[in-house]
Amino acid sequence: MTEKTSGAAAPLLRLTGVGKNYGNVIALRDVSLEASEGEVTCVLGDNGAGKSTLIKVVAGLHRHDTGTYEVQGEKVAFGSPRDALDRGIATVYQDLAVVPLMPVWRNFFLGSEKRKRFAVMDVEFMRETTHREMAAMGIDLRDVNQPIGTLSGGERQCVAIARAVYFGAKALVLDEPTAALGVKQAGVVLRYVVQARERGLAVIFITHNPHHAYPVGDRFLILNRGQSIGYHAKNDITRDELTALMAGGSELEELAHELDTTAAGTAAAKELRKETLNP
Amino acid sequence: MTHAVAEPPATRPPGPDERLARQSPLRRLLGRPELGALLGAIALFAFFSLVADSFLQTDSFSTVLYASSTFGIMAVGVSLLMIGGEFDLSAGVMVTSAALIAALTAYQFTLNVWAGVVISLVLTLGLGMVNGLLYVRTRLPSFIITLATFFMLAGLNLGVTKALTGNVASDSVRDMDGFDSARTVFASDVDVLGVNVKVTVFWWLLFVAVATWILLRARVGNWIFAAGGAAGSARAVGVPVDRVKIGLFMGVAFCAWFSGMHLVFAFATVQSGEGVGNEFLYIICAVIGGCLLTGGYGSAIGAAIGAFIFGMTNKGIVYAEWNPDWFRFFLGAMLLIATVVNLIVRRRVERSS
Repeated sequence: MTEKTSGAAAPLLRLTGVGKNYGNVIALRDVSLEASEGEVTCVLGDNGAGKSTLIKVVAGLHRHDTGTYEVQGEKVAFGSPRDALDRGIATVYQDLAVVPLMPVWRNFFLGSEKRKRFAVMDVEFMRETTHREMAAMGIDLRDVNQPIGTLSGGERQCVAIARAVYFGAKALVLDEPTAALGVKQAGVVLRYVVQARERGLAVIFITHNPHHAYPVGDRFLILNRGQSIGYHAKNDITRDELTALMAGGSELEELAHELDTTAAGTAAAKELRKETLNP
Repeated sequence: MTHAVAEPPATRPPGPDERLARQSPLRRLLGRPELGALLGAIALFAFFSLVADSFLQTDSFSTVLYASSTFGIMAVGVSLLMIGGEFDLSAGVMVTSAALIAALTAYQFTLNVWAGVVISLVLTLGLGMVNGLLYVRTRLPSFIITLATFFMLAGLNLGVTKALTGNVASDSVRDMDGFDSARTVFASDVDVLGVNVKVTVFWWLLFVAVATWILLRARVGNWIFAAGGAAGSARAVGVPVDRVKIGLFMGVAFCAWFSGMHLVFAFATVQSGEGVGNEFLYIICAVIGGCLLTGGYGSAIGAAIGAFIFGMTNKGIVYAEWNPDWFRFFLGAMLLIATVVNLIVRRRVERSS
């Protein structure tokens, strides 16, 4: 189900009014987003804001229920992650990045194994390429045969990013790559985000940390409770505004939730909710 | 690239990384899934050599090998399935089903037995596919699904055989066309250096070699490890996890077909109640050989060593002239020891790396 739409320079990815329901739960409602080559689009939001659902729609794990999803101006509805990969959209998941018990090189080429004649895997080539690509990203592996579970969290994310870049991804979707990492490790990952942008990839970077997002991002989409509460280019928002939008949104939400539990607080909670949605 | 990016390290001279020097070959060996089983096999061999005088005779050795091969062939399919993260409790009775299908169709329609062999192959692979499809469609644990198919097959084996022959065993196919040639393929024996070796031993070694090649060198081997180790991650990079799992259930069915054909042409009649309980023995072989119950780790060679341990214990108890009633006790104890040894070895390797 693809169909051409007019538009000379369509962005690589464009979501317009996209929504997704799980049964009667509305996980995502009317979210719009663009990602172009050489740009980092950050998606911010607290836990449960709908970031993961948005990513799963982009990556082809889920199909959106409403709105349109266009890749280079063509409407698409992906049936599987393979469809998205074939279009050059690679996703690195926070929890689904790698298979811990498998060696680094097997992980690197998983799903896109290099083969010689008669379906034989070209193991030497894959080992060398993995070592070289990881070295190019600044990670000098002792041994590409070691189980990837023995690497640090940051290194694992980097293997997944290096893999996506190596296989010619045009768009790179990063699902909370810095969430479980220490300050230094997060810095390493952020450098690869910048490097991917420099290579001309469209990067969609999901995080709940505005301090990670602001230095690398070109555009910022802030989600709350499945809806967009702000979509800004870097030059019309400051770091402090972004932080306030993020933190204010979540803190007021928390407060409103607490007030909700007492009958007297319900009215006050409503007021706070209004403020959260229209900051 | 104007942005600061981690500098690629200076080109290293070719050859192993200097930081690997501390990892001794022994440690590398300790990381292999087969190691626990190999040590166990050596210990058990030494043990039975000491306590049973007749254990080291060539006759005994060929008997041990034969017992190992009949279970080892099934353990190949079962171990691949376990690496892929699933169980098949119907594997034991599926062997009997495969044998009955071949014997009954050939006899009832007075066909050449090879026709029965082929029909059995198609139908048995179909049974494996049903297991796989049920798993993929329902997402129920494979333990439950194959437990159900196990009972259904056990009932079918008995019910259909009785309905067709009025007996609990199939009619003899010994005098039918093609029996001799089929027997050569599935149930003959040859002398190798004075040792009488059953043909199943060669088939067993061949299947182990093929399975090992698949796991280590074929693309689908990569997919099997990934499907068992982290199915979600595998799916996210485009591995067709469902097809891999259906294929693995069919792999078990193929081994069941082969074992069934051995039964038909070794004994000519098939007892319809046989096979119950064997599925656990196959799983024991795979687990002793280092396959993780949770999937994603293991080897076909390990499962073969597991089957050899099984064969040695099975026959060694007889040669030691102990009461064979104790066999199951030893089997259970060995399973326990093997899994604990595997656990300790793996933890030690993980901590030191």
